[in-house]
Amino acid sequence: MSSIAVIDYGMGNLHSVAKALEHVQPGVEVRVTADPEQVRTADRVLLPGVGAIRDCMAEIRRLGVDAEVREAIASGKPFLGICVGYQALMQFSEENNGVDCLGEFEGRVNFFGDDLKDADGERLKVPHMGWNQVYQTQDHPLWANIEDGSRFYFVHSYYVKAQQNDLVAATCNYGVDFDVAIARDNVFAVQFHPEKSQKVGLQLLQNFLNWNGQP
Amino acid sequence: MALAKRIIPCLDVENGRVVKGVKFLDIRDAGDPVEVAKRYDEQGADEITFLDITATHEGRDTMVHTVEKMASQVFIPLTVGGGIRTCEDIRTMLNAGADKVSINSAAVKNPDFVREAAERFGSQCIVVAIDAKKVSQPGEPDKWEIFTHGGRKPTGLDAVEWAKKMVELGAGEILLTSMDQDGVKSGYDIGVTRAISEAVHVPVIASGGVGNLDHLVEGCIEGKADAVLAASIFHFNEYSIPQAKEYMRERGIEVRL
Repeated sequence: MSSIAVIDYGMGNLHSVAKALEHVQPGVEVRVTADPEQVRTADRVLLPGVGAIRDCMAEIRRLGVDAEVREAIASGKPFLGICVGYQALMQFSEENNGVDCLGEFEGRVNFFGDDLKDADGERLKVPHMGWNQVYQTQDHPLWANIEDGSRFYFVHSYYVKAQQNDLVAATCNYGVDFDVAIARDNVFAVQFHPEKSQKVGLQLLQNFLNWNGQP
Repeated sequence: MALAKRIIPCLDVENGRVVKGVKFLDIRDAGDPVEVAKRYDEQGADEITFLDITATHEGRDTMVHTVEKMASQVFIPLTVGGGIRTCEDIRTMLNAGADKVSINSAAVKNPDFVREAAERFGSQCIVVAIDAKKVSQPGEPDKWEIFTHGGRKPTGLDAVEWAKKMVELGAGEILLTSMDQDGVKSGYDIGVTRAISEAVHVPVIASGGVGNLDHLVEGCIEGKADAVLAASIFHFNEYSIPQAKEYMRERGIEVRL
């Protein structure tokens, strides 16, 4: 049976993501861990994360998760980032007065702003919380059996703007257009929470567990 | 297209059982919160809220198990409220699989608890529940006050100012129950819902007094709520979630279908 390491760096509850993985593939070995050996020997790696980026990055560096992530990505095994685990792969976030991130992808994490408005001039609440439509911008094995424009569950106040447009795998609109999925080789990362996005979210996790890491 | 308005069924749970009654025709045991939550999930509920009304410690442990069970079977956001008084309470519920906790009277007793909780766990999982009642007389400018103890105890706190303060301290969402309406099924108090929704930058969930689908529509359109919470209209099969969503969609409200 295959194994997946869900990297635990102490930020947020990993119960849901672990349970969701077990739900879509009964028998899969889910390792909620920060132990480098456990991560290294897993078939797949998932980087989750909630909360403030400064605290997340501090723990990622303190526990050596940065090296684990780099190694996992370089190894070619399927890698999935979720929410702050997606933002952390960018170069820089403007949250907490500016925080340097892992720089696996060129791009920035920006604040939605205090006076965000929709196209009709209606004020939009921040955080962006709830179910919004995700528009796929490239074919990818992780989108298998997921309809374009499906709604996924989001909760975040900062959004990713990637620099390499050809790597963007999906976009969303909330006052601004932003990038909610990115893909390169064996890496896929998303802003929304597949583990909280009911059928479409479980489908994406299933696709990840079936993926061989080839685009 | 835009963010969908959320429909949130709320279950009152005591000692691990749903109370106030839930009557689904096709569930034999309507008292099991996990079974009820699964049913709502299948119907397309956007979130679930469990309100723990248990008074005892043993009952609290039961609630933790209920949350654990729910979180391994239902993959939509879950908020747990009732009796959240310490950071330890929050940690226990989040570890059990809750996505958010809702803080009510503990915030009135000690507003700084909200700050502490938001700093420790992040605003995204801290909901502050507000019970508001209109206190102005007809002809006077509208004024709503915060009440505790199920609406019996006035606090002297202005509801709109209180909501703003809670958000400043780190609340990521406001669950607003308009008390004078609660249970009488005459709809949300649109005035206070709109006043608070316009005063804060975080999402506001309207709650209290839903008796028909028009009330959900009013809460979203006139009340400017970001989500609508209801209990009895769904529990007793008066309306299903898909019916509610279709009704809202026909009236121009974005919903997740």
